[in-house]
Amino acid sequence: MNKKSDDRLLNWLDERFNISPFLDFMKHKQVPIHKHSVWYYMGGVALFLFMVQVLTGILLLLYYQPGVDSSYESIRFIVTKVNFGWLIRSLHSWSANLLVLFIFIHMFSTFFTGAFKNPRELTWLSGFILLALALGFGFSGYLLPWNELAFFATKVGTDITGAVPLVGKAIKIFLRGSEDVTGGTLLRFYAFHVAIIPAIFTFVLSVHLLFIQRQGMHEPDFYKKLPREKQKTIAFFPDFFLKDILLWLIVLNILLFLAVFFPWDIGIKADPFASAPQGIRPEWYFMFMFQTLKLLPAHILFIEGEIVGVLMFGVGGVAWMLLPFWAGKINAQIRTRVLTTLGLLVVAFILVMTIIGYVM
Amino acid sequence: MSINRRNFLNIFLGTGFLGWVGSILYPLISYLIPPKVSEAKIQSVKAGIAADFPSNSGKIIKFGRKPVILIKTNKNKFVALSATCTHLDCIVRYRADTNQILCACHNGLYDLKGRNISGPPPRPLTAFNVNILNEEIIISKPSEMS
Repeated sequence: MNKKSDDRLLNWLDERFNISPFLDFMKHKQVPIHKHSVWYYMGGVALFLFMVQVLTGILLLLYYQPGVDSSYESIRFIVTKVNFGWLIRSLHSWSANLLVLFIFIHMFSTFFTGAFKNPRELTWLSGFILLALALGFGFSGYLLPWNELAFFATKVGTDITGAVPLVGKAIKIFLRGSEDVTGGTLLRFYAFHVAIIPAIFTFVLSVHLLFIQRQGMHEPDFYKKLPREKQKTIAFFPDFFLKDILLWLIVLNILLFLAVFFPWDIGIKADPFASAPQGIRPEWYFMFMFQTLKLLPAHILFIEGEIVGVLMFGVGGVAWMLLPFWAGKINAQIRTRVLTTLGLLVVAFILVMTIIGYVM
Repeated sequence: MSINRRNFLNIFLGTGFLGWVGSILYPLISYLIPPKVSEAKIQSVKAGIAADFPSNSGKIIKFGRKPVILIKTNKNKFVALSATCTHLDCIVRYRADTNQILCACHNGLYDLKGRNISGPPPRPLTAFNVNILNEEIIISKPSEMS
């Protein structure tokens, strides 16, 4: 009976929208199964966490009031007075951090399995843009509670953009909404966080997912070399899809555990006329950059240390973004070794600097 | 002839299109640049009674919209310096144990004359003048800044 009514609904839709090519595509799409298949799930987890962010973010919007005299107070109200407000706020913070973590894991797994190479250059590029936007989400959202840590982190973060040659000062004033970090900055960051970045992110994410669906899953070299009958696959729908959902449920449980047992702190309200407290630090995913700037001397040759640092990260970031366009030019015989070494060095640099940042 | 007409139309419409794009973008970009808020020109501020200020301590004073750090040294001498770290804009603090000025953001250190002595700060802190007038502390802008 049910099957019949399902068929009737599908037929009804098919007559009007011609959805059968789409259904055929879903039915025939296969996902390779091999020793590195686990990495196929990381992007999906990031997607799930993004959906959690959208949902909890919308819920927070119902009570949050941006403004120097209301931001901190409204978050305190959400956490102390609103039913389950503490849970929603804590979920939003934890999920944000896990989202960035999983984007990083997804990115490095794509790197080390070589999935970024031809013909997936644009998938890598759109993924990099999503990473940059996620960092923008994190940076703008960090200021919204208007607490001491966030206030000084924003001062430092926006001042760094001022070190970019020629356009730096204009970018800094554009970001801050004035010369200094003020209530105007808070409003701007609020607009970035809830309107501008979500709109761009949703568009780029759609493109990213469309590319992946069009091209199918990347097959690593060792898998491609297997004889046809040994290349095991599972159907994307429903097999892979159900495994995805199962993992999302596990992640949701971990998220709830973290939000309930390690609720996010509100901190002390920002005072623009107070000394920066000890232990000022950005979110963990900016720590490696923050720590590098801390370790650079005041002057390197004739240039200010911070300018050298900003240029270094800028050039490194652009090179990383354009990776699929230059990696193919490396001599094929040593390519894998060169790229793996490079990737390990990048991971080691990020890890070491992050650890130093928290220990020192 | 027809190609020339096509070229003409392309240039004509193209220029019109660029003008249209410009007329959309110009107000949009102008809107994004924050307007300059006129600031009352402050030459000096009062910072309380000199005798009430504890020795070997520092305090952040509002100098218009900028923070200034006022320090009373352990020899009871007053020093006022810009409190904005020259590295990345954080607000500095006085360290009573070492008689130095510290920026906690990136561990920048300055001496009591505002000279950057260690860490990442590239420039010294600007010094302000301190005068005691009828027991009251008056901080004023250094002459080259006014």
